[in-house]
Amino acid sequence: MFEDLIYVLTKYDSWLWQGFLLTLQLLAVSVVFGTLIAIPLAVARVSKLIWVQALPFAFIYVFRGTPLIAQLFMMYYGCGQLIANIEGIQDHWSWTYLRDPYWYCLLTFVLNTAAYMAEIMRGGIQNVPNGEIEAARACGMAPATIYRRIIFPRMWQIIWPAYTNDVIFTLKATSLASTVTMMELTGAARKIVARTALPYEAFISAGVIYLIIVYVLTFGFKGIEKHLRRNENRKENKSVPAKAGGHI
Amino acid sequence: MFDLYGRGWQMLEGGLVTVQLCLTVLPFMIILGLLGASAKLSRYKALRIIGESYTVIIRGIPELLVILLIYFGGTIAIQNLAELIGGEAVRVDIPAFWSGVAALALVQGAFASEVFRAAMQSIPLGQIEAATACGMTPTQIFIRIKLPQLWRFALPGLNNLFQVLIKDTALISVVGVEEVLRKAAVGAGTEKAPFTFYLVAMAMFLAFTTVSLFVFNRLEKRASRGIARA
Repeated sequence: MFEDLIYVLTKYDSWLWQGFLLTLQLLAVSVVFGTLIAIPLAVARVSKLIWVQALPFAFIYVFRGTPLIAQLFMMYYGCGQLIANIEGIQDHWSWTYLRDPYWYCLLTFVLNTAAYMAEIMRGGIQNVPNGEIEAARACGMAPATIYRRIIFPRMWQIIWPAYTNDVIFTLKATSLASTVTMMELTGAARKIVARTALPYEAFISAGVIYLIIVYVLTFGFKGIEKHLRRNENRKENKSVPAKAGGHI
Repeated sequence: MFDLYGRGWQMLEGGLVTVQLCLTVLPFMIILGLLGASAKLSRYKALRIIGESYTVIIRGIPELLVILLIYFGGTIAIQNLAELIGGEAVRVDIPAFWSGVAALALVQGAFASEVFRAAMQSIPLGQIEAATACGMTPTQIFIRIKLPQLWRFALPGLNNLFQVLIKDTALISVVGVEEVLRKAAVGAGTEKAPFTFYLVAMAMFLAFTTVSLFVFNRLEKRASRGIARA
């Protein structure tokens, strides 16, 4: 039993390592760019003007209401086909990038992550105590200043546990890249299974690596949470229940 | 209008399979969730550890990996088991549908256990004490006091879970279950019109999640009738 596991781990260690690196890369890009897009989306979403909040509402509604795998297929096969049909595109220099599943995966993950994070941020912005915003206004701050000095710092404090959860969901979502031939962690495990017919050894090894990533992420994000809440002296230790979800 | 190169009916059949998947997983997910929550709130440390690690492990592993593990691993496990009992090698195939149901129930059950745990803890302690004082056994307390109130506290969480479940069923297309996304992929391949077919698939999923949201909101209103609202 264990010789099979050792066999998988020694013979295919480079596949797992490459997969691990690609998973981390997909995760990092999705989280960073997803967050950057989510902030303006959330700000527009809380607007009182209907035509300002309509577009982000529709974006968030569609991306949260459909499965990520369908979005990915839509992007890679659907939009990919439309692009491939453009005349002369296959001789263009950009074709090397336009047929690479990597960019379609990244784009889908970034947009999907942005939609989920914008929804979290919307909740955070709306939960900033009204008195603080009124006080800032009374001090004569401009709306942009209020956002920068009051609302955003408060929002990060409020949403951090949910944000942490969401980063873990993004990590799990990157496993879908394997369905469009990407060799990230799940893709590597699937290829090992195809080669060796040892599903337990390969999939459980990949699962353990995912668990380690989650553990390290949770630990790091807890540290940042302490930093975010440094102005509070309360000793309460609120644990957040594992919420279902995911970008799937 | 809903012709789709003559594949409109195929898509609707796929929609039916998706609905079947969701409704089949639902009871298993609730049972696993209740068991998990009871284990987490148990007096016995061993049960608490089992309950907690169930959630921690499932929470950290991608759903797709669980589905693949059960689909490919489950076949081997059952074959080994059959060999152990029957003494001879047999070829067993678990239907993809049921391995998908097992995987999704396992995943969603872990999250449901968190929902039910929180719901159980929301039941006022005074009621439990009163029931104990009346001489009810723990089972009676569970059936008469906890279970009827559990739904009200758990419904918002279950609403969220069911949304996730609907979207998760799309993952089972990877092991070949003929649900919406699989039908769309087949249509996209043969008719060379991926954009159209995936657009229809996404619209169908959006319709499912919207209906589920509507139904659960009605249920939540119904469950909290007679409760004073601030």
